[in-house]
Amino acid sequence: MRLIDKPLALTASIMIAATGLMATTALAKSTLVYGMQQEPTTLDPTSDATASIDAIVSHNILESLTTVNESGEVRPDLAESWTISDDGLTYRFNLLHGVKYHDGTDFDANDVKFAFDRAMAKDSVNPTKGIFKPVESVTVIDPYTVEIVLKNKDAFFLFNVAQGDASIVAPESVENNKTNPIGTGPFRFDSWTRGDRLKLTKSPDFRDADKVALESVEYRFIAEPAAASAALMAGELDAFPGFPAPEMLPQFEADPRFKVIVGSTEGEVILAMNNAKPPFDNLKVRQAVSYAINRAEIIDGAMYGRATPIGSFYPPHGTAYIDLLDYYKHDTAKAKAMFEEAGVAGSTMTIRVPPFPYAMRSAEIIQAELVAAGIDAKVENVEWGFWLGEVYKKQAYDMTIIAHTSPNDMGNFARGKSYFYGFEDPAFTDLWEKISTETDMAKRDELLKQGQQYLTENAIHAFLFQLPQLGVYDTRLQGYWTSSPVLFQPLAGVFWTE
Amino acid sequence: MRRGAIPANLMVGGILVAMVIGVAFISTFWTPYPYAELDIANKFHGPSSAHLLGTDQLGRDVVSQLMAAAGNSMTVAVLAVLIGCSIGTALGLLASAKGGWVEEAIMRLCDLGFAFPALLFAIMLAAALGPSLPNVVIAIAFINIPIFARVARASANQVWTREYVYAARASGLGNLAISRDHILPNIAAPIIVQATIEFAVAILTEAALSYLGLGAQPPSPSWGRMLSEAQTLMYLAPQLAIYPGLCIVTAVLGFGLLGDGLRDITDPRLSRQRRG
Repeated sequence: MRLIDKPLALTASIMIAATGLMATTALAKSTLVYGMQQEPTTLDPTSDATASIDAIVSHNILESLTTVNESGEVRPDLAESWTISDDGLTYRFNLLHGVKYHDGTDFDANDVKFAFDRAMAKDSVNPTKGIFKPVESVTVIDPYTVEIVLKNKDAFFLFNVAQGDASIVAPESVENNKTNPIGTGPFRFDSWTRGDRLKLTKSPDFRDADKVALESVEYRFIAEPAAASAALMAGELDAFPGFPAPEMLPQFEADPRFKVIVGSTEGEVILAMNNAKPPFDNLKVRQAVSYAINRAEIIDGAMYGRATPIGSFYPPHGTAYIDLLDYYKHDTAKAKAMFEEAGVAGSTMTIRVPPFPYAMRSAEIIQAELVAAGIDAKVENVEWGFWLGEVYKKQAYDMTIIAHTSPNDMGNFARGKSYFYGFEDPAFTDLWEKISTETDMAKRDELLKQGQQYLTENAIHAFLFQLPQLGVYDTRLQGYWTSSPVLFQPLAGVFWTE
Repeated sequence: MRRGAIPANLMVGGILVAMVIGVAFISTFWTPYPYAELDIANKFHGPSSAHLLGTDQLGRDVVSQLMAAAGNSMTVAVLAVLIGCSIGTALGLLASAKGGWVEEAIMRLCDLGFAFPALLFAIMLAAALGPSLPNVVIAIAFINIPIFARVARASANQVWTREYVYAARASGLGNLAISRDHILPNIAAPIIVQATIEFAVAILTEAALSYLGLGAQPPSPSWGRMLSEAQTLMYLAPQLAIYPGLCIVTAVLGFGLLGDGLRDITDPRLSRQRRG
């Protein structure tokens, strides 16, 4: 009997040790399951405009010369420092030493030149070629110094090269970046099950690997708000930063397991009007639409009060923001009179709505408000592909509702008649030219204020609200971004407490 | 069962259907409030004397919305089944009367129609023609054509072997005249039964398409869309999902029971069993 007793005791002690071990790993949890509404189309941010690519890949897998922190300030990244010539045209970047790609190859100045030349090439499919437009040349001075010369001053250059569009990629691996991105970032790509999940693991070679707490990150793609909510409630997800349904937040606020944070984004939600098409080429009609809408009602009904109204095309948390909310104070009677004056009372206006909850819900309320002002308003909910093809590319629409989530995007109004706004005014194009080349912050803010004033006075669109970032997070999770000043969402600083 | 008694399913079905049609009819000229009237300050109100079933997420009166949705639902079902039934029955009669390759061609085309799952076909059509109620009518009518063609042909084939048909033919009537005067009246019963059952299916299909966003467009109300909008509100206002759900159940159950009941009293085999 004793002979049998002993091994049993031994097993028991091993088991105790094992549970002890499990307990310690449970305390220092190092995995993150991250919910996301939009699944990326590919994994190469330098060839596709889908926002979720940047959210996952940029500054997690791939890095850029600079980066941007949560307050929107430019910070060094692969370039540890830089100098700018007095005329503001020559940028000299000093690169980090000893950085390795995930496949073991070395990072140096040639990679920077390769990445920029590739994005600037004639046949480049880069989604934001505007970033590279002012670039004259990229020269390798030595393996750790790059000089970039601009054609004209660009106030946003250092901010722009932080974006995923300007990711630094290696010639050895760039071919496969769409399915297997190889970068220098804190995480390396592990696997992607389409329609379900994508996994990243910590890169042991990362220069600050000891500061990265997470061993792995798993993105789960859940488009349906009800399914997302169920997954959070069941504990399958640790965080869902872009939660699509504001009406479901109270149940998470009431639950001690979760923290609900409403952050800001760069997304101005607008009721866009086709300025090229009658009757929206008439300023009176556009102003009447601006009078007809009631932002308080839209925000209450569509966003359950969780959004900040905007009176122009500029985020309220920006330094140059001016309050133009009351420029067209909601007045149905006045709107009605103006529609009659313009001779469009009773005519049909159709709002073509992309499949996003904020847009579909706002449309329903705006439709009722326009009807109250004597317009036969209609709502047409369309698929995202249809919206991109008909509304965005062919400008086949009267009105639509969309959020513009890129930072510094007032330049949209200087994109000419071929952009879906159908708007062009040399006066504004000149103003934007000045804004984008003005490197003095105070002067630039002054010009941005003029820009806001111009857009509101001319009622190019009706401006609704700033899209909030509704986030649901596990209370033990720390170090994540609650706001989105840029499209990327770096996770290197995320860690678990307890 | 005593002969001549109304079967229970027929009675219950009849009452439910009468209720739904009655409400749908009233909604065409009266609802407690305009169904699209927003009152966002008063959203999520519980039942009160002002709003019998309360208000929804945009402060609209739920009763008015349910009533107007019943109107939409009935209109879609009536039009779709009527169109599908007319074309399908005509094709079935034609197939039965002509025989030969005409019959083969029509029935094989119908088989093709059956090969598509009904809802998938409706989604395809709504996606191609754009989402709207008229397109839902077209989609549901299209699905119904082969169903009625089959029923009509099978029943007509039986009638063609009757003596009075031989007599009519002997008196010199043509195939089409016989179809109209003798065949059609004698296959009316199974067609009507089928139409009642297809009504229930049409209501369900309309609700499903609207739920998917391919049916009624806002502000036009639909039970299916109300259900899909209430989905994320389950925590705040679960009643908003329950009301349209109950309406769909009532209408579908009503037409289903009515169809079953009608079949029970018109099918000679079943009525013989009952008598025996």
